[in-house]
Order: sequence, then C-alpha cells, then structure tokens
Amino acid sequence: MTTYSDPPSESFQLSMLVNDTRYRSITFQVVALILLAAAIGFLGWNLMRNLALLGQDISFEFLGEPSGYDINQRPIPYDSQSSHLRATFVGVLNTLIVAFLGCITATILGVVAGVLRLSNNWIIRKLMMVYVEAFRNVPVLIWILIIFFVMTAALPPPSAFRGDDPDSSMLFGAFAFTNRGIYIPRPIWEPGSAIVVGVFIASVIGVFAYRRYTTRLLYDTGKLLPRGWPSLLILFVPTLLVFFILGQPISLDLPALRGFNFQGGTQIRGSLIALWFALAIYTGAFIAENVRAGIQAVSHGQTEAAASLGLRPGRIMNLVVLPQALRIVIPPVISQYLNLTKNSSLAIAVGYMDLTGTLGGITLNQTGRAIESVLLLMLFYLTISLSISAVMNVYNARMQLKER
Amino acid sequence: MSDTHAQSVGYVQRSQIPPSPPPATEAGAVRWVRENLFSSTANAIMTLLGLLAIYHLAVWALPWILNGVWNADSLSECREILDGARGACFAVIAERWNQLLFGFKYPSTEYWRPTLAFVLLLVSASPVLFSKLPRQLLVLTALYPFVGFWLIWGGSIWVPVFALLGIVAGYYAFKQLERQSFAMGLIGAVVAAALFWWVTGFVIPDLSRIIPISLPEVPSRDMGGFMLNLILGTVCISLSLPIGIVLALGRRSQMPLIKWICVIFIEFIRGVPLITLLFVANVVLAYFLPPGSNFDLILRVIIMITMFASAYIAEVIRGGLAALPKGQYEAADSLGLDYPQAMRLIILPQALKISIPGIVNVAVGLFKDTTLVSVISMFDMVGMIRGPILASTDWNGVYWELFIFAALLFFIVCYNISQYSQWLERQLDTGHKR
Repeated sequence: MTTYSDPPSESFQLSMLVNDTRYRSITFQVVALILLAAAIGFLGWNLMRNLALLGQDISFEFLGEPSGYDINQRPIPYDSQSSHLRATFVGVLNTLIVAFLGCITATILGVVAGVLRLSNNWIIRKLMMVYVEAFRNVPVLIWILIIFFVMTAALPPPSAFRGDDPDSSMLFGAFAFTNRGIYIPRPIWEPGSAIVVGVFIASVIGVFAYRRYTTRLLYDTGKLLPRGWPSLLILFVPTLLVFFILGQPISLDLPALRGFNFQGGTQIRGSLIALWFALAIYTGAFIAENVRAGIQAVSHGQTEAAASLGLRPGRIMNLVVLPQALRIVIPPVISQYLNLTKNSSLAIAVGYMDLTGTLGGITLNQTGRAIESVLLLMLFYLTISLSISAVMNVYNARMQLKER
Repeated sequence: MSDTHAQSVGYVQRSQIPPSPPPATEAGAVRWVRENLFSSTANAIMTLLGLLAIYHLAVWALPWILNGVWNADSLSECREILDGARGACFAVIAERWNQLLFGFKYPSTEYWRPTLAFVLLLVSASPVLFSKLPRQLLVLTALYPFVGFWLIWGGSIWVPVFALLGIVAGYYAFKQLERQSFAMGLIGAVVAAALFWWVTGFVIPDLSRIIPISLPEVPSRDMGGFMLNLILGTVCISLSLPIGIVLALGRRSQMPLIKWICVIFIEFIRGVPLITLLFVANVVLAYFLPPGSNFDLILRVIIMITMFASAYIAEVIRGGLAALPKGQYEAADSLGLDYPQAMRLIILPQALKISIPGIVNVAVGLFKDTTLVSVISMFDMVGMIRGPILASTDWNGVYWELFIFAALLFFIVCYNISQYSQWLERQLDTGHKR
C-alpha cells in the first residue's frame, strides 16, 4: 500500500527571496531597480545643484539665437546672422556629405584591394597586404592629419600659378591643386538642362531594363545577347544626342586665377579632402579584409563544381563566388560604413565644419550650453546608427539562406 | 597467347633511366617568376604596374630618408645643412623624442620609471597571453597593477601596498562566504575591502612618515606623449574586460529589467562616436558629480573610454556566449550547478576562449582611438605633435617626420598585437580549412 500525501503546503518565507530560484530573479530586479533609481537620482540631484550654483538652466532656446560665426562650407544658405539651429543643420549636411563620399570611395578601394589580395600576382598581393596592414594599424586621426598637412603645406599657393612661367600649372586647364583646396569645374545649368538630366536618368533605367531582358531571354530560350557595348550605347547615345540637339544647355564654369585666388568653379577645401580620403583609405583597408574573408569563406567545392561545369574563371567569380560571398561581406561592410560615419566626427581636428565642428565645437563654446549641445550631438549619431542597424537587420533577414 | 606476345618483345629495359632535370624555364627562380608574376598578359601588366609604383615610391622616399639630417637645433638649421637638397629633418625626433614619448612635463630624471613599468607590463601580461607558461606566473599579473601604478604615479609605497592588501582581504571574505552563495561572497568581499581601505586610510599618513619609502610623485596631468596612449589603452582595456563580461551576461539574462538596462547601455555607447563621449568627459561630466568634487581630467577620460570599450567587449563576449553549443548550458544545469558556478566553471572559460581574437581586435581599435584625446587638448602623442612641437618656432613646418614617427610607433604596437591574435586563432583552430 502506498500512501499519497499532499506535498507540504508551502508557506512563503522571507529567505526564499534570496534562496529560491523562483523568487530570486524578482529580488535581483527590484535591487537593480532601486540601485538604478538611486544612481539616476544622485546624478540628477547633483545636476540640479550644480546648475543652481552656476545660475544656469537647461533650455534649448539658444538654438534660435543668431550664431555669429561663419562656416566655410555651406550646402544651404547660411551666414553669421543665421540661427544656431541653422548652423546645426549645415553641420548635419556636411557630416552626411563627407560620410557619403567616404563610403563610396571606401567601397571602391576596399573591393579592389580585397580582390587583389587574392590575386595570382605575387607583387600585387604583397602591395595590397602592405596597404591593408599599414592603414589598419595606424590611428585614423594620424592619417587625417597627414593628408591635411599635405593639402595645406605641400601643395603650392595660388600665387604659384601666376605669371608667364608659373611654378605650377593647372591639370587639363580645369583642375587646380592649391593649398587652399582643389578647384574643379562647376557645371552651369541652363534652361533645357533638366531634359538632358531626365534623359540620362531614363537611359540608366533603360540599361537595367535591357539587362533584365537579356537575362530572361537567356533563361527562356538559352540565347545570350551581348551585354557590354549595348549597355554603353543605351547609357550615352540618347543623352549626348539630346545634349547637342538642345544646343549644349550644360556648360562648365572653369576655375581661373583672378587676383590673389582662384575664382569660378567649385572649391573643395583641404579639410574636406583630408577627411574624405583619410576615412576612405582607412575604412577601405578594413573593407578589403571583409571582402577577402567573404570570398575565402565560399567553399572551395563551389569553385570546383563551377569549373567542372565548364565555366570560365571570370564567370565563376561573377556567377558563383561573388553572389555567395556578398551575403557574407555586406553586413560587416555596413558596420564599417557606420564606423566611417562615426569617425567623421574627427573633422574637428582639421577644422572641417561638420556637426561636431558646429554644434559640438563653436556653438558649444559660444553659448556654454554643454549639456544640451552634447545631448543633441549624441542623439544625431544615435539616430544614424540605429537606422543603419535597422536597415542591416532587414537585409540580414532577407538574405538568410532559405533552407529546406 | 601470352607466350607469343612475350616473344614478340625484342628488347626490355632492365634498368631505370634517371629522371632528367626539368627544363630551365620550369625550375627554380625562373619558374617562380613565370608562375607568380607573368602567368598571363594581364598578370604581366599588373606586375609591371606594381613595379612602377614601387619604383616611384622608392625614388620619392629613399633620397628623402637617406639624406635625413639627424643633428640640428631647428628646421632652418636643417635646411642650411641640406642646402637645397631634398631630405628629411629627423633632428626633430632626435631632439624631442623625450617629449614625444613621455610628454613635456614628466620629470626627465624619472623616465626610467615608465620604461620599467612598460617592460614589466610585457612580462606580467605574458602568462595571460601564452597559456604554455606556468600558471604560477599569474601572480605577477595580479601584482602588476599595483607595481605599475606606483612606478608611474609614484608617491608613498604604502598606498598601493594597502590597496593590494584590501583586495586580499576582500578575497578571503569572498572565500569564507562563497559557501553560502556567490552573491553573499561578492557583497562580503566588497564590504571587507572597503572597510579595510577606510581603516588603513588613517594609518597610511603616519606609516609613510615612519617608514618613508616613496618615489617622487608625478600628478597625472603631467603624463603625456606615447606613454599616455599606452596608459589609457592598458588601463581602459583591463578595466573594461570585467565590466564587459558582466554586461554580456546581463544582456543574455532572463530578467527583463537587467537585460534592458544592459541593452540600452550597450547600444547607446556603440551608437555614438568616442569624441562625443570625450566631450562628455571634458565638459559635461562635471555637472553630474557632487559640487566641489574635482576629478582629474585623465580620470574622467578613463571613465568614459572604459565605458566605451566595455560596450564593445560586451558584444564580442556575447558573440562567444552565443557560439557555445546549447548542450554546454544544459550539461551545466543537469550537473546541478547554480548560475554563478555554471558560468565560472563551464560557460565563461569556453566563451572567453572563443572571443579572445575579437577582444584583441577591440583592444587594437581602442589603443588607436586613444589618440582622440588630443582633440580635447590632452597632450598624448598626437597632441604633443600638434601642440607644443609644431607650434614651437624651431620646428614649425616639420610634418612628415613627426607623423611618420608616430605612425611607426602605433604600427609596431598594433601590428604585433594583431599578429599575436592571428597566431592565437591558429592555435585554437581545430581546422577544416584547405
């Protein structure tokens, strides 16, 4: 005979809060909550007392006041009478400009260097290794400063371009490399230019449509149309035709030496060049490693299988290896873009007026609103980071291997 | 059949002909060059382009380096010596090496102290880095923070000694209470150590008077140059390791509140550039500290960089934790281990081992990022170059030499660390590669 008895009825004891795993987590969380509240309270209390002592308060009204300082690179109209808020926007735009340029250049450099690191050619392989190691192991700030000093100290002043037998001359008569920046031709948009641009955009779409058509034709009938030269034809011929029919509505404004400086054209400042190229070359070295790792991660069997199907080496790369490698490469490359954007805050070291230079630099120093400025600064970078990681999560979810 | 066939053979070779050597184009250096440099037209063009690039670089850089002037007092004197020829002015490094390495305020009679501290750092880090060394050497690692602190900052020897003794007291308290529970042990250790330090705080001044063993004190605002980069890098990485482990465990915790605190902290820190955190250290942090408290700038910077690094390390360790097979967690549970025991005995040793390469990457990145402190006008290596040296009338205009020197120092340190990490990866690799 077995006698069943109810389990001893549990009466809750205080020691169970620590010793019983069912309740312990609640205890810990309550303790953590209390500690967190205490820490926030302590910091907040200190902040209140410090502000009271200094006679300050927290307010964002300073953003509406006139800034009183000038910014040398203005994507939108701005002068020293504009508000701090407008200066902040100029800074945001400048950050985005250098980040965008840097990301594109870094991608090109990184992909080229990463592929060349796997080249059959010993010299090229070693050169690329030197590039990658040299740039990955030296702080980006040092590279920014080196390029900045090349731009400001090693290039000739505009006066060197003057005279009958000048020390320096312009490249193709259109590009001037001076210590005040690089001057490049600027397009002048005359009436009718919108049509040319429209046609160009249409031909870009046309190229994609043509390539899709050839792919579908290949899959349906097995017939392979040429792709290279028709694409070029579609891209350029209609645009050039329209350009000349409309009587050349886009012309170039060439920089020319007038007085002490170059006039006309677009001036790209040394600070932008330094930041742009240093970030691009530095991040490019990291991207090169990601690309190399991605290509090497594609199983050897894939290459061999493709080769045994009779594909040529170029086709093996394009059709078999790269599509698989891209899935591995893209997530780390996007996080490199994120790093580049964050590193662009080093602009302040060379006086490029990005957000850190305007809001975190001059505005902060002039108004003394340290907490508010740094808070806004962090919020901006945080927004960018979080949105890029959101994009990355969506991409990862889409690119996940569809397993059976 | 076979007989007739055998008879039809008139001649059979009895001895083997020795193999003839390969043709000259298929052997030795020639073959290597053919295969690696000129295997196809495209390859040959690339080789020539590569050689051209190297040639241009050499023509541009070699005379400059070989003509370098090592003995001069100023840039103008350098130019006089060079007399129009192209050449570097390495004299600036010969004259200012002490400032570049130690900053411009560190007393020059005491240079042996940071140097010795650096050498000891290498010695005491080696048992951690190389698992083949005897484990007893880990005692050196444990002692190093106190020795290193005393060597670099100086002051009475009793401060680091009692700091060490406080840690020892905490450890014994932990050992006593650990049997009850891990949390109790931890609380006991903290209480014991704090109590010990509070009590000895009264003793130290008298003791230093009675037994005065001390080095001249160097305030931390006098630190500078490459030394500052090394101090910031080492201190912040070693402090951020334990914090990173706690954050990583917190992020994987079942407790929603703890998890969300960790997630928000990590994502916030990783979302903002280090410069903004340094701004916080420079201008904002003072608002959040009790009025009248006067924190050293270096200490504030160390706090912020440590927070920065620990968020990154936490993510690396989280990766290591996630990479462990679930069976390990379940095995630990089925052995009846509680959470701290399972983590300490089963999970963390394996997870940390997997994440070492990632941690080393973070360490290299952080060490490079220590140059950012020059932006908030601290005189680290880059700050020394941009500030006192380039601003001086003697050396205004010497860019390349100084920046190449700085780049070279950073390269040597970072390259060796990353080589170590690759070596370690090969050691840990069980190998399925071709």
